[in-house]
Amino acid sequence: MEILTQVLSASVFASMIRLATPYIFAAIGETFGQRSGVLNLGVDGIMLLGAFASYYVVLGTENLLLGVITGLAIGAIMGLIMAFISVTLQAEQGISGIGLYLFGLGFSELLFQRLVGTPQSVNGFQLIQIPFLSDIPYIGEVFFNHNLLVYVAFACVPIAAFVLNRTTFGLSIRAVGQNPEAADAMGVSVSRIRYTTVIIGGMFAGLAGTSLSIALLKVFQQNLTNGIGFIAVALVYFGGWRPYGVMAGALLFSFVNALQLQIQVLENQIVAFQRIPSEFAIMAPYVITIIALVFASRRREQPTALTKPYERGG
Amino acid sequence: MGTNPQTRQHKLLDRLLDFGPFVIALALALLVASIMLLALRANPITAYAAMWDGAFGSENKFAETLVKATPILFVAIGITIAFRGGIINIGGEGQMISGALAGTAAALALGNTPAVVVIPASLLAGFIVGGLFGAIAGFLKAYFDVNEILSTIMLNQVAVQMMNFLLNGVMLDPEAAGFNNIPKTARIAEAAQIPRLALGVGEAALFDRTRLHYGFILAIVLAIVVYIFLWRTPLGYRIRAVGLNQRASRYAGINVKRQMVLSMFLAGGFAGLAGVVQVLGLQYRLQTDGSPAGFTGSAGFNGIVAALFGGLNPIGAIPASIFFGGLLIGAQGMQRVIGIPAAMVTAINGLIVVFVVSSQLWTRQRAKRRLSAPPPPSPQVQEEKAESDTGRSTTGQSVAGEV
Repeated sequence: MEILTQVLSASVFASMIRLATPYIFAAIGETFGQRSGVLNLGVDGIMLLGAFASYYVVLGTENLLLGVITGLAIGAIMGLIMAFISVTLQAEQGISGIGLYLFGLGFSELLFQRLVGTPQSVNGFQLIQIPFLSDIPYIGEVFFNHNLLVYVAFACVPIAAFVLNRTTFGLSIRAVGQNPEAADAMGVSVSRIRYTTVIIGGMFAGLAGTSLSIALLKVFQQNLTNGIGFIAVALVYFGGWRPYGVMAGALLFSFVNALQLQIQVLENQIVAFQRIPSEFAIMAPYVITIIALVFASRRREQPTALTKPYERGG
Repeated sequence: MGTNPQTRQHKLLDRLLDFGPFVIALALALLVASIMLLALRANPITAYAAMWDGAFGSENKFAETLVKATPILFVAIGITIAFRGGIINIGGEGQMISGALAGTAAALALGNTPAVVVIPASLLAGFIVGGLFGAIAGFLKAYFDVNEILSTIMLNQVAVQMMNFLLNGVMLDPEAAGFNNIPKTARIAEAAQIPRLALGVGEAALFDRTRLHYGFILAIVLAIVVYIFLWRTPLGYRIRAVGLNQRASRYAGINVKRQMVLSMFLAGGFAGLAGVVQVLGLQYRLQTDGSPAGFTGSAGFNGIVAALFGGLNPIGAIPASIFFGGLLIGAQGMQRVIGIPAAMVTAINGLIVVFVVSSQLWTRQRAKRRLSAPPPPSPQVQEEKAESDTGRSTTGQSVAGEV
């Protein structure tokens, strides 16, 4: 029992909330693209470029707002490129996404080594304690003692759900992802919708990178994201292409991650944990993602036109 | 076939145009890279010259390029099979690692048995275990409809942690235990080491005194074998048929699910060979720094790029792998000479992938034009047309263009 309270302490849940931030940003953005029929696998590369750009700006100017805007702008540019490749050039989405990822991975490292060199931390977003609420024992520490971008990420979930389900724009997105021919016949421009969603996705991916480099870790290094973008794509499948489902997936994933970190911390105190090799703890979230994908595939909500380029009269 | 000169000329032009997208993709990638270099205040011409010299400037540099190309070629052969079978396998890294673990374990277990036993046994162990690791993703796709891109990426991470676990535990070099923290196995016996390669005899032999080993020759032989397998055997035909059109294959009586698992097994097997050969031919022990690319040097990713650039043809993968080996070795030279980080190559690889995939629109349109405006075709051309037409499926085949 004592072990349980130690493992499931408030700090574990607090770090679950905190760690979920980049996953939520990236996966919510990816949900928009996939709902309209475009699978953007370059999320991780966009995140890396966004992370570096905002880190570099904050390192030079100490202006956090400018950092966030830079991350969003880089994300938008990369989204535009992905949209051009997948919508206009109708390229195979999975592979072109991998190309975009490799480009982001290499280019962000190149810029980092050339412009910064050694990892140095920045003065990023500080914790904001919500008055009164953060004083509530346990709950306060878990929910109301985070940096600004954490709150923003969770606020994006209901907004995204609203836009997708309750607005004309959302209806167009879903129509284009489900049946582009019909949407086209109804006067919805398939390519304009897809351009918009992929650019939105890119901006979210840039913001996800920004949240890592100037809010959560406050540092940049080679391959900072370590595959977060790919997991975010998996979370969209897991969440059934619904923002709340995606958020639940992000929370589950980051809970396993937080638990894994906590177990490594407690390894020295609790003998039973020494038998769990740290490698297996690190592996656990990925294994769980694969299992989650198996179960997610049983559901049938996948946008019918996902990964299929649309050609008028084709 | 008695083709008249005009048709033959037409076919030749067609063939040349098929290469067009690759040349243009490469040119565009290098152009964008030049802009990046200029932005970083480096002269692109100096940079590319340093690269060229670093990769091909001397016998030893060229040998290093081929050494680097070896694992890339093995992975590319496997990726070619998977993509041809309609499966986008991004798991080269993990499959390479699992193959290397099995192959090294076999080599260590067999100790001082003669080379004719230990080398084939280790290679086989690596092929099978790498293959089984790849087959997991194939199985999940075939029977549970799990997106293979995502599952293979997750499995890459699993393999890295598995390697860290084994190299820090049961496979740790007994002499290194408690000594330093480098996770590595013991050195394999001399009999298990793939011999170095020298073309010719005596002092004048080419590649004498370089690190180039027979693993490179093995990779080339296997590339040819896989070409024959894919295009000249019924099994290879079935794999490609599934990649071209699943529904039609099912109607033709092909067990689509089984072919998927099989093509992923083969893909993983060749990536596994990349791992074993890296140990038996070069490093003589399995060693990592704990990071994802610590052992593989990202060959599992670069193999994908080489496979695409080779036109998803095992023979085409040979020059493509040498090219990317040269790019990687050349980048080290570039870093030394003008201080541009070698990470540049990763970015260039990404650009090449993007441009190659994007150029498929052009190839497809050409195929379509050929269909609508027919010159008197020979039966062979007809067959190709049918292929390029059905190639417009959602699978990796659409990347293949026509080879």
